[in-house]
Amino acid sequence: MSAQATDVTPAPSAKGALRRRLPGSLAWHLGSLAILAVILYPVIWVIGGSFKESGDIVGSLDLFPGDPILSNYTSLTDGIADISISTFFFNSLLLAVGSVIGIVVSCSLTAYAFAKIRFAGRNLLFTLMIGTLLLPYHVLLIPQYVLFRNMDMINTYTPLLLGKYLATEAFFVFLMVQFMRNLPRELDEAARLDGCGHFRIYWSIVLPLCRPALITSAIFTFINSWNDFMGPLIYLNEPGKYTVSLGLKMFVDQEGLANYGGMIAMSLVALLPVLAFFLAFQRYLIDGMATSGLKG
Amino acid sequence: MGNAVTHAPAMEGPATDSEPRHGPVKPPRPAELKRRGRRENLAGYLFMSPWIAGFLLLTAGPMVASLYFAFTDYNLFDAPRWIGLDNFSEMFGDPRWRHSVQVTLWYVVVGTPIKLVAALGVALLLAQKRRGQAFYRAAFYAPSLIGASVSVAIVWKAIFSDDAVVDRTQRLFGIDAGGWTGDPDLIIYSLVALTVWQFGAPMVIFLAGLKQVPRELYEAADVDGAGKLRQFWNITLPMISPVLFFNVLLETIHSFQIFSSAYIVGGGAGGNACGPADGTMVYTCYLYVQGFENSRMGLASAMAWMLLVAVALVTAVLFWSQKRWVHYEEGGR
Repeated sequence: MSAQATDVTPAPSAKGALRRRLPGSLAWHLGSLAILAVILYPVIWVIGGSFKESGDIVGSLDLFPGDPILSNYTSLTDGIADISISTFFFNSLLLAVGSVIGIVVSCSLTAYAFAKIRFAGRNLLFTLMIGTLLLPYHVLLIPQYVLFRNMDMINTYTPLLLGKYLATEAFFVFLMVQFMRNLPRELDEAARLDGCGHFRIYWSIVLPLCRPALITSAIFTFINSWNDFMGPLIYLNEPGKYTVSLGLKMFVDQEGLANYGGMIAMSLVALLPVLAFFLAFQRYLIDGMATSGLKG
Repeated sequence: MGNAVTHAPAMEGPATDSEPRHGPVKPPRPAELKRRGRRENLAGYLFMSPWIAGFLLLTAGPMVASLYFAFTDYNLFDAPRWIGLDNFSEMFGDPRWRHSVQVTLWYVVVGTPIKLVAALGVALLLAQKRRGQAFYRAAFYAPSLIGASVSVAIVWKAIFSDDAVVDRTQRLFGIDAGGWTGDPDLIIYSLVALTVWQFGAPMVIFLAGLKQVPRELYEAADVDGAGKLRQFWNITLPMISPVLFFNVLLETIHSFQIFSSAYIVGGGAGGNACGPADGTMVYTCYLYVQGFENSRMGLASAMAWMLLVAVALVTAVLFWSQKRWVHYEEGGR
């Protein structure tokens, strides 16, 4: 990306042009900064608020308190409804990691079939897969709930994980299909001539070359699973199994008024894993996003 | 479900382009070909087996079941009882249902265009290659990742409540609305603001599209003396129309399905599930209330199918309109 930042003009003779373009450049930076301020405001607000007295958080316009306090954070060590915060984090982490493994394995297998194997019915299945991309999840909500309830799986993590192992997230299948199609065909053709089967090709050639797509899918899956609210809301009913999202919601309902500062601090803490992933992997996320709209 | 990324593709069949190359060097005998074909089929379905199982068990099967439930009275505890179209007539006659449709449509119709215009505007700004471009792009994208979380909904509720920053800013202009989250008519606009705040995801897609517009077109237009506005209208917009179509489709479909932010910002405790006087009672909130709080699974299934029909209609209309305003480059793209 940094290569793009250097502009085209600045040859010695272009000094005049540079001067003429300066106001434009200034306006560009001012505009970008103004948008940045709007974008960042809520994030800075929650950081500042988490160090304020509960009573000052909403009403005060100062972003940061003159006299920062830590008691909002220390109050979190009491947990929520007698359950330690770390329990919620552990549960969310378990679900997120479980989801990532399921998505990477099942979606890459499916994508390989679509991209590299010629089998009867492939076009039909591909159309169905694309169709599920546009399907509103809510149509499946109730029958899936009934299904899992009949299988006695309410209040377990199975309903939240099973779909991830069965490649139901069509977006990631699609992302990987796009990526695999663009791999040089000569590689797997050569491997076929050497007598490699599909699994060998998938495992030793295609998967390693697909690393960027796999990483993008893994990070998006982690973040989606971490943020998911509706799934846990419906399937989990015992606070000890709650995820961070549900724990936070319970905090709002039970202590939100009594310990407003704690709630704000907890909101920030709940965001940290996502923000950390973003800072570490933003290139993969943005590139993955960009290619989803174009064709590979 | 309400996540940041379920972003779909422009439609296209599987890798048909590369098919003819799939053979060995010397022409094989027909029997050999047949055997190989059978082996390919077996391998294909083996690789696909997780997806096929998931499709049957978690997508197709539930859809059929849901269609059946829609015509029954079903409370989870007793067996579903066939009641014909009663769920639908109850739904259409229910003022609260009509209200939820209205709130949702308003949210979609107001929020989606503003979000997309913001995304395109900022993308045009960032398309200029200047120092810091990559940083701004990343920073503007970040809200799309956290926007659907409970945390941000909590922050949103606080920022838009009485006496908080938005309210006070308004008062500077002499408007004392008393905070948006307490007002049944205004609270939906805090959700609109929340979705607009997440303009980064469509922006990134617009940026990728803008990058592919050939420079020569602008140079030629410069020579012809066309102004910037003309260039935008006659070059940029047609050239990025496939990307625009994709963003409109996806953002609209997503907006129809908003749930968690409405549920959290609106309050979400007991009978007051979505906002003061049902201010954020969007469609999926009401579906949740009917299905999971009132145990009316049949009615909720009927509601879900209505949502599906609505989304399918919007999709169909968009695809139909595509011929008129989306320009694909030659070569079937």
